[in-house]
Amino acid sequence: MANIPAPVGELLGKALVGELTVIDAQGRPVTYPLIPLWDGERVYMTSSSLFSRKLEHIRANPKVSLSITDPVAVDGRTDRATIQGDARIIEDDPHGGWERLLPIWEQKEPSIVYFLKARVALPLFFERALIEITPRRVLYWSDGDPASAPAVTVVGEEAA
Amino acid sequence: MRSTPEVDARTGLEKLATYPYQILTWVDDAGYPVSVAVDARVNASERTARFETPAGLVVPTDREVSLTGSHIRPQPGYGYDERRHVTVWGPVTVSGPTISLEGRTAWGWDEAEVPFFEYSERSVAKSRKYFDALSAERGTPVKPSLSLGFLTLRTTRLPFLTATIVPVVLGILIATSHGQFDLVAALLTIIGACFVQLGLNVANDVFDTIQGADDANVTPTQFSGGSRVIQYGLVSLRQMATLSTVFYVLAGAIGLILLATHGSTALLVIGVVGFIVSLGYTAPPLKFVYRGLGEIAVALGFGPLMLLGAYVVQTGGALSWEPFVASIPIALLVALILYVNEIPDRRGDAHAHKLTLPVRFSKAAVIGGYNLAAAAAYAVIVLGVGTGILPIPALLMLLTIPLAVRVSRGLAPNYDNPYALMAVMGVNVKLHLYAGLMLGAAYVVVLIVGAAWPTMSLFLG
Repeated sequence: MANIPAPVGELLGKALVGELTVIDAQGRPVTYPLIPLWDGERVYMTSSSLFSRKLEHIRANPKVSLSITDPVAVDGRTDRATIQGDARIIEDDPHGGWERLLPIWEQKEPSIVYFLKARVALPLFFERALIEITPRRVLYWSDGDPASAPAVTVVGEEAA
Repeated sequence: MRSTPEVDARTGLEKLATYPYQILTWVDDAGYPVSVAVDARVNASERTARFETPAGLVVPTDREVSLTGSHIRPQPGYGYDERRHVTVWGPVTVSGPTISLEGRTAWGWDEAEVPFFEYSERSVAKSRKYFDALSAERGTPVKPSLSLGFLTLRTTRLPFLTATIVPVVLGILIATSHGQFDLVAALLTIIGACFVQLGLNVANDVFDTIQGADDANVTPTQFSGGSRVIQYGLVSLRQMATLSTVFYVLAGAIGLILLATHGSTALLVIGVVGFIVSLGYTAPPLKFVYRGLGEIAVALGFGPLMLLGAYVVQTGGALSWEPFVASIPIALLVALILYVNEIPDRRGDAHAHKLTLPVRFSKAAVIGGYNLAAAAAYAVIVLGVGTGILPIPALLMLLTIPLAVRVSRGLAPNYDNPYALMAVMGVNVKLHLYAGLMLGAAYVVVLIVGAAWPTMSLFLG
């Protein structure tokens, strides 16, 4: 379904951290650094119940964006992207439902497996909801420079 | 309330200026957030940040926008660390090619300022709210969970049973060296004493929760701050109260069996006093730990009471100085476990009017107190051996002095860092265990020598 530009898919695959922006009750953007997990079709992120304010915002307004801006987090790449999309919260099983994404997560943060084995030490951190983002529009800066206009791609059903 | 305090706009801008670039974000006319990296020139004193208008995009001036700084340091093979981020919100004005943001509010987190574990602890109320909302939405309770094994471990604080096993086994060994040993009674004593401690551990959480001490503690560690299972919503207060009652009932039942089969006035007195000290540790009206008597109560309970209790079960009530003197270093060292573990809890304890020694005294006095008590534990051993009350092999306990020195040296540099202090607390727990093992080994030597060479005495004088 998704046809986001290939370099953006590569950025998503590499990024150790991206900036998820949600919209609060006052209509302001609120930005949270999170690990983006890209399965080739949708972007996933997970949120601990401890830090679940973002989930409240998404429930009230599912329009979100995810930006990849930090060269340090993408192995030195200087291109940047912002993906606008619709978010859905998946929380059927906060205790273990999110673990289906563990293989992708582990590739970016190997220590998570160690911490999960010791979940008794921080049980609420591992009670997590999934945030599934369906991309709608992608802004891509091939040189990462805001002086250049981004290439804009409409994706998904809107593109059809 | 946010789990981390909101920072004022000026502070937020000062922090924002330390990032190599900033992420400008606004909500576009289609209702989606848009983000673009910019190079902002921050003037924190004027509370402004200026940057060039990003090409091809229209930044709205009729709504608040934000500037965010975000930082991580990749750690190959691990993930990343040095997490920090800050966001400043405000309206913007456009002047030619330049946009100026007027910072009005800000928020952020820097793990160098608020460690991740503290940040998580401060966010527990948010987790409770999340599960309450999920429960209301589904019409059925949804709770966080742990596997039964992990939950049992966490709820009962099972690893701390060494505090009971050390004095009880030592009491049994001393009685054995005096020619008194009943295996069934010994096993019942160990099990019954463990139930007392499990009842105490769980009751401690119940009463600390009721009195607000555990809720006020935002820097718990694996050694301090209670099990947190009530705070985390893993077990209810009522379930914990029931569990504690069950442990005490089981302990009481075993106590009655021992009284019936190996009863004595001494055992009855020790049992009753032990129960009062155990339950009164945190429970009203006694609340020993809230009155600055917690360390004494623990020393008494996990020293003389446990050790002499185990001893008199075996001897049928006969008492002697030897088990009493042997119990003193154990009492001091177990009290020092509590004492050191109270250091990271002191702010939360003070908030809940729990007047532990680290709450009442200065850092220097607390560290001095540790050194004095540890030195006293070893002095008692030397004096006990010197006066012929304890056997010469009891000097084996002196081998643990390096551990005490490590704890003592670790207190000052880590006094204000609960997470750095964890390693010191761990060594302190080992100190009590190894000291107990050394004394136990001393009595094994006494038993072996007594069996092999009945005329040889291992006591001076």
